[in-house]
Amino acid sequence: MALSIENLSVRLPRHADREYAVRDLSLDVGDNEIVCVVGESGSGKSIMASSILRLLPEGVTPEAGRILFEGENLFGLPLDAMRGIRGARIGMIFQDPMTALNPLHRVGDQIAETFRLHTSLPPAEVRARVIDLLGQMHLPDPARAARAYPHELSGGQRQRAMIAMALALEPKLLIADEPTTALDVTTQAQILSLIRELQQRNRMGVLFITHDFGVVAEIATRIAVMRHGVLVEEGSAAKVLEAPEHPYTRELIAAVPSLKPPSKEPLQPLGQSVLSIVNVSKTYRQKGRDVAALKNVTLALRRGSTLGIVGESGSGKSTLARCIVRLLTTDSGAIEVDGANITAMTRVEWRKNVRRVQMVFQDPYASLNPRRKVGDLVAQGPLIHGAKAADVYPRVRDLFALVGLDPAAVDRYPHEFSGGQRQRIGLARALAMEPDILVADEPVSALDVSVQAQVLTLIADIQRKLGLSVVFITHDLRVAAQICDRVAIMQGGQVVEEGMAADVLVAPKHPYSQALVAAVPGRKWHAATDV
Amino acid sequence: MAVLKSLARSPSAIIGAALLLLILAMAASAGWLFPNDPLSLAGRPLQAPFANPRFPLGTDSVGRNVAAQLFYGARTSLLIGLISTIVAIVIGIVVGALAGFYGRWIDTALMRVTEAFQTVPSFILLLLLVVIFGSHIGTLALTIGVVSWTAPARLTRAEFLTLRNREFVQACRGLGMPNWRIIFFEILPNALPPVIVYASVVMAFSILLESALAFLGLSDPNVASWGNLIADGRRVLRTAAYVATLPGLVILITVLSISLIGQGLNDAMNPRLRRKD
Amino acid sequence: MRILRLALYRLAVSLPCMLIILLGLFLLLQLAPGDAVDALMGQMGSSDTALAETLRQQYGLGGGVATRLAVYLLNVLRLDLGFSVAYNQPVLTVILQRLPVTLLLMISALSFAFAAGMVVGLLAARRVNRWPDTLISMLALIFYATPSFWIGLMGILVFAVKLNWLPSGGINDLSADYSGVRLVLDTAVHLILPTMTLALIYFAIYVRITRASMLEVMTLDFIRTARAKGLKEGAVLVRHALRNALLPMVTILGLQAGGMLGGAVVVESVFTLPGLGRLAHEAVIQRDLNMLLGIVFMSSLLVIAINFIVDLVYARIDPRIEANG
Repeated sequence: MALSIENLSVRLPRHADREYAVRDLSLDVGDNEIVCVVGESGSGKSIMASSILRLLPEGVTPEAGRILFEGENLFGLPLDAMRGIRGARIGMIFQDPMTALNPLHRVGDQIAETFRLHTSLPPAEVRARVIDLLGQMHLPDPARAARAYPHELSGGQRQRAMIAMALALEPKLLIADEPTTALDVTTQAQILSLIRELQQRNRMGVLFITHDFGVVAEIATRIAVMRHGVLVEEGSAAKVLEAPEHPYTRELIAAVPSLKPPSKEPLQPLGQSVLSIVNVSKTYRQKGRDVAALKNVTLALRRGSTLGIVGESGSGKSTLARCIVRLLTTDSGAIEVDGANITAMTRVEWRKNVRRVQMVFQDPYASLNPRRKVGDLVAQGPLIHGAKAADVYPRVRDLFALVGLDPAAVDRYPHEFSGGQRQRIGLARALAMEPDILVADEPVSALDVSVQAQVLTLIADIQRKLGLSVVFITHDLRVAAQICDRVAIMQGGQVVEEGMAADVLVAPKHPYSQALVAAVPGRKWHAATDV
Repeated sequence: MAVLKSLARSPSAIIGAALLLLILAMAASAGWLFPNDPLSLAGRPLQAPFANPRFPLGTDSVGRNVAAQLFYGARTSLLIGLISTIVAIVIGIVVGALAGFYGRWIDTALMRVTEAFQTVPSFILLLLLVVIFGSHIGTLALTIGVVSWTAPARLTRAEFLTLRNREFVQACRGLGMPNWRIIFFEILPNALPPVIVYASVVMAFSILLESALAFLGLSDPNVASWGNLIADGRRVLRTAAYVATLPGLVILITVLSISLIGQGLNDAMNPRLRRKD
Repeated sequence: MRILRLALYRLAVSLPCMLIILLGLFLLLQLAPGDAVDALMGQMGSSDTALAETLRQQYGLGGGVATRLAVYLLNVLRLDLGFSVAYNQPVLTVILQRLPVTLLLMISALSFAFAAGMVVGLLAARRVNRWPDTLISMLALIFYATPSFWIGLMGILVFAVKLNWLPSGGINDLSADYSGVRLVLDTAVHLILPTMTLALIYFAIYVRITRASMLEVMTLDFIRTARAKGLKEGAVLVRHALRNALLPMVTILGLQAGGMLGGAVVVESVFTLPGLGRLAHEAVIQRDLNMLLGIVFMSSLLVIAINFIVDLVYARIDPRIEANG
């Protein structure tokens, strides 16, 4: 037994939105297994992880319980003894490697610090060990990585460096707090396999915090599910994934979108193209270099259907989305909406046509002006274009009902709504303009998985009811599978594959698409459970 | 508003407000307590405070009522502080908003001008402007504002640069909203809070600038001013230190009160705890 | 390397800045009532307009605006800042005579303010919201609100008049004839009060900025990583937090240079130091526009030079800074 948490309760400071972050939690981590703790935001999983090493923020205090490690209660230890354990017997890695590493120190120095703190090895030996460690993390040029500063490495490389730092002294327990959430899907797959490999080689216990059941299916030996600070279910991976008992667990698992597209009525074969993107290119100047964000992109969207554009960061999908709504200008190529070339229009002409293509944004907290009532935000568009208030506001209330919100809520401010509700408001705002085309830029990426499913269903419903054509941008293939008729995969500014969702996602042809599909966490589990 | 409520709970804001109220009371009651011209010769020079009931704080080296000058001086300082701050903030907001919103060459051009103003030390530029435009009290209020606009401009520009790329602004552009509406009704209300807080710093500094000018003998000699009093007190420092000490204390209290209010505003508007679940 | 490229970039960028300043100064010159020739005529006690015209042609003050601008810029490039009617010497000569004292004052004040401010600010951040922090923050605020000329006078009152520990003004004891080490010591003693006076406001500013910066940095993620490695709090503070917290401090250093030059005007006047600041004061009183313009020009050069050094130091500390095209 590597770690034993007994009846842990952690209190939050007075003005927090709930009293306890963690309530009466008991969990064991064996010394040769990976325990995944799953939960949505507010579940208390991160605070639980931070309390083990006593790294809680100001005002957050453990109120009751013990944490037993190597026979001792960590809560009873003096701070000096605790520091001896940190980094040496228990290692911890965090979510965002960019901010978790000191930007002013070289990566090698930060890893070497662990050695300097806990051992008395000579500097030359430490340097050699650091380079060796980075090599074990499969970094291509360990010596160069050691000399580099964090901002000179990629996200995946930084996370490998973090893992090297945590495992330098071969601790008995590794605590990983959402280590892959900030990474691209393909990078995530690599890091997950690295963690699995290291766990098996070092025979250590791993406590892995995540919100993604797909990730859990990929690496867990045992699973613990948390909700509102309480442990609701716990068991072996096979059992929890196949036969979950608690209704919340079942709800969470059901909400995870599967890679297999749901069976739908076949697409109208004669659907005309309502949106044509022809040979569009765009280049940015960044730090003195030219970055090609879009290279000769050609795509078409048929009326009444949903086109998914899938890619990782840097693929150009967001740039393309903004070009379609003319928030960015293209350098060359044409974008046609219903035959009209919108890239060639003047500002005046575009203002008349702006209602045709509307956008739903990614960040529910940044996409609504905090100083405006939500009803006013939805009414803004039509009002600017000359509609009378008396006509617009009743429509706003109808729209609220359409997106599943209480029409009486039009007088409230954005901060009074949850993330999922704000996305519904964003949707209502776009629909208020009666667009032909809706461009949804990662509309569910910032939402909890259970809320995600609701919003996706809503978008699909509205599309059917209003006959909308939708361009759906996402980095998550599973989400694309649920809602898109056709899927286009982008990499480095180019479209590498495009076709019917069922074809592309189940039998991809391009090597990058294949890598992307293979990297989806928990794919085999989904495939097994999908009937 | 929520801001006013948290302001009422901040100890620094309360103390600051109390002190400022005191100074405002001084300025308001000056005409009533001291009906004669404060710069008129009232009695024997260099009488100590509390010696003569007619001159509670004594007289200066020429024989003018120190207390009267202190009370009327409050009007001068507060007025100059207010007007110059308004001038500086308005210029700063206009420059900063245009530079931050439109970017590219407008931004570069405006930033070069801002840098030029920032490179010349404000006080020395002020001296130059005093030589050219004179030191009448109204002119001073404007010129002090003119040397103080660069920091608000930078602040506004930074806010506009951030907010311009926020998704709610992009959403407005997507709706087809014209630029001027976006600047005034969407971005500006969100950009103002830190600039308003900074206004307290500008005001405090303006008062210090004016009193420094007065001390050097370069302010308006026809107006009762704290700095003028200190200049006078310098000559008699060894024998009648009170003439220089008292106005300095009053300046300190005024600037302190404004800074405290600014600090309270700052604390009230910034989020505190950042938690992670 | 990176720092060299950055240095060249910063130099290139400061040229348009200087040009704008010169243009602005020229503009102000046009707005000034009367010009150098008027001043000269005033001195000579003559009102002969023909003579005035001839003199104007001679000094390049005749002709249209464009000609005068060209002449003005050319002169500046040749470092000819004009002639001071009051001192009867070229402006540049007088300025260079007075420059060393001001530089000495500024460097002492800045060093003290920065070092002491950093230490005290650190102390306040370590004991945040407890009584040392509250006391320090309160004192910092009071120092910040105090007018420097008043503090200077109070300093003279207490230390020179009442206690007679320190001299009340001047840069050296003119009666004694010191040289070598004794001269240095005498200068140092004369500079104590002025340095403290000038440094006080900036000390307060640095205390507050260090404190705020440290508190901000301590909430960042990499501090948690450092603690997770088992570092002691002191090491976390010094090895990880401090260097990152220094960044905004160094930025401020450059911005304060201009303010300090302005403050030097007042401090040098209070303590009758023969520096650039007091020269500016005298120039205003004597309406010596040429001198004042020359001082403005020189101060701008100084500020640009200081900012240049500060930028290089910043780039040395922060490896993320690149020269942007």
